[in-house]
Amino acid sequence: MARMTMIQAIRSAMDVAMDRDDNVVVFGEDVGYFGGVFRCTQGLQEKYGPQRCFDTPISESGIIGAAIGMATYGLRPCAEIQFADYMYPGYDQITQEASRIRYRSNNDFTVPMVVRMPTGGGIFGGQTHSQSPEALFAHVSGIKTVIPSNPYDAKGLLIASIEDDDPVMFLEPKRLYNGPFDGHHDRPVTPWSKHEMGEVPEEHYTVPLGKAAVRREGADVTMLVYGAMVYVAEAAAEETGIDAEIIDLRTLLPLDMEAIEKSVQKTGRCVIVHEATRTCGYGAELAAIVAENCFYHLESPVVRVTGWDTPYPHAHEWDYFPGPARVGAALQKVMEDA
Amino acid sequence: MADDASAKTNLSATTEELLKYYRDMLLIRRFEERAGQLYGMGHIGGFCHLYIGQEAVVVGMEAVKKDGDQTITGYRDHGHMLACGMDPKGVMAELTGREGGYSKGKGGSMHMFSKEKEFYGGHGIVGASVPLGVGLGFANRYRENDSVSLTYFGDGASNQGQIFEAMNMAQLWKLPVVFIIENNQYAMGTSVKRSHSDTHLYRRGAAFGIPGMEVDGMDVVAVREAGRQAVEHARKGEGPYVLEMKTYRYRGHSMSDPAKYRTREEVDHIRETSDPIKRCEQRLSENGFSDEDQLKGIDKEIKAIVKGAADFALESPEPAADQLFTDIYA
Ligand SMILES: Cc1ncc(C[n+]2csc(CCOP(=O)(O)OP(=O)(O)O)c2C)c(N)n1
Ligand SMILES: [Mg+2]
Repeated sequence: MARMTMIQAIRSAMDVAMDRDDNVVVFGEDVGYFGGVFRCTQGLQEKYGPQRCFDTPISESGIIGAAIGMATYGLRPCAEIQFADYMYPGYDQITQEASRIRYRSNNDFTVPMVVRMPTGGGIFGGQTHSQSPEALFAHVSGIKTVIPSNPYDAKGLLIASIEDDDPVMFLEPKRLYNGPFDGHHDRPVTPWSKHEMGEVPEEHYTVPLGKAAVRREGADVTMLVYGAMVYVAEAAAEETGIDAEIIDLRTLLPLDMEAIEKSVQKTGRCVIVHEATRTCGYGAELAAIVAENCFYHLESPVVRVTGWDTPYPHAHEWDYFPGPARVGAALQKVMEDA
Repeated sequence: MADDASAKTNLSATTEELLKYYRDMLLIRRFEERAGQLYGMGHIGGFCHLYIGQEAVVVGMEAVKKDGDQTITGYRDHGHMLACGMDPKGVMAELTGREGGYSKGKGGSMHMFSKEKEFYGGHGIVGASVPLGVGLGFANRYRENDSVSLTYFGDGASNQGQIFEAMNMAQLWKLPVVFIIENNQYAMGTSVKRSHSDTHLYRRGAAFGIPGMEVDGMDVVAVREAGRQAVEHARKGEGPYVLEMKTYRYRGHSMSDPAKYRTREEVDHIRETSDPIKRCEQRLSENGFSDEDQLKGIDKEIKAIVKGAADFALESPEPAADQLFTDIYA
């Protein structure tokens, strides 16, 4: 099997999808000629031509709006927004058009569109290149929100997203593009070539939307995580010696409720970690779900570890980023609270 | 009035003026070179967009500004700040993310401001600052002052939808705004040809009846003269104006740029034939100025300023961790 970085896996997903279905078109800023700022679309224009892989002007609202129009006519657009922080001009299109066309057209029209966007921090990008807007998508019914944490999942989830008949927001944790970053910013990152999830088949396969994965089995506490926080959670479990069960949600909507309930009912404790700001973050939803469905199994209050309620900072990146020390402290806290 | 493709003005400047422009452009050039070095040495992280090659645009426009006129731009903003008279120390220290930076290390390269110098940022989101520039124009009119908002953005930014909304409002309400499009021919790796249905960006306001002018943005005097016309138009209450500055960036888009979208020869050719600082030297010699030592003296003085800025930016302390939580609400 091939070894791929997350970038290569994402490219391979689009390649496979374009090869199988000529309704699939790929576009965005610097996506065609240049191959994408993170190189995720490199070579696709050469292979499929500028009709199917092309550059757009810097017009996020136009990019997403046009993708919606294409999708209603049966194309399967896979648009790239260069950084998730740039999607806001297109957010109107996502929330008011993409998410509702099926509902308001009485199922006549659907929007099989994917919007890919690099998300999250840890790259010293400051306030306009580090945001994690997943909760803004998960809050909107009618769209799906996916966040892979490794190359294998990235490819399988992206193909599944392209083949899905509803609009999918596909968030790529950019700090994971080249390796499973665990929050220890002062240490080198293991490349994907040395990680088992860097093994990626060249051919078509899917990872279904709505299915979480257990990254580490454990008995003491359930950790609900996604994206870059999967590896922070692993490091924290390792470093504290606490037997945590780490659930990588993979898709926030649809959410794998069964996996969450099963695990929390087993462990009786729950720590939720995300990089996005705390207030009304996706963790709030997870905490509510756990409270509603697992209350009588809980042995201690649910704890969230999140980014602070501040803009993403420039100089204070590592004070903001929920790293293994903060996550480890939360693990200890839920274990102490009896 | 619209489609006035070039300024029909007498392009000359006094030696004294030219020496000032020379100095101001050189300050930007040397500052940016130093920033590039500090980046390479790991003292600056994240994004850092250098202005080298475009110096004549901000220096020429600065020459026609009056006290009170506002400046607002995108993320390639170091040149604008220096031209506005902001302290190179505070700018460099923001790049290194230190306490002594204009935003105390919270903003970084793309996000700095100065009330004192009427500099309204420094904005990382392409196009987002342009409607703010129109709002500044509105505020000027509301206050009945005669200030003008100089609203800068790039060729790539000019495709952002909100700019059209902003232009329409500016003309509808006849606001004192000069839209300055710095057309350096590329938006990251995408050339103007590959992204604009009409590559004449001075016509971007045409649908709204806003006059526009194409300007040789590599010639500080041409910029100044076009700027004068546009700013006067706005100041007189005749509404906004679009200036398309034809310019060029020598360096990569940000600090890591494989530059596969253009050839080395293209960059070298522009450096050799139209460099704004060399053009200024030529103008000086056309004026009969031949004091090489004075130019060297300026260079020396600038180098000292830039060194002072770099030293300050490295010595200034890291901001305290609790600064993360300040300046969010009143
Ligand atoms: C809304 C938004 N979309 C995309 C970007 C990413 N981006 C940053 S700079 C840039 C190119 C802008 O080019 P231009 O306006 O010509 O300015 P220049 O870099 O040439 O100064 C792009 C696409 C962004 N910062 N904001
Ligand atoms: Mg440009």
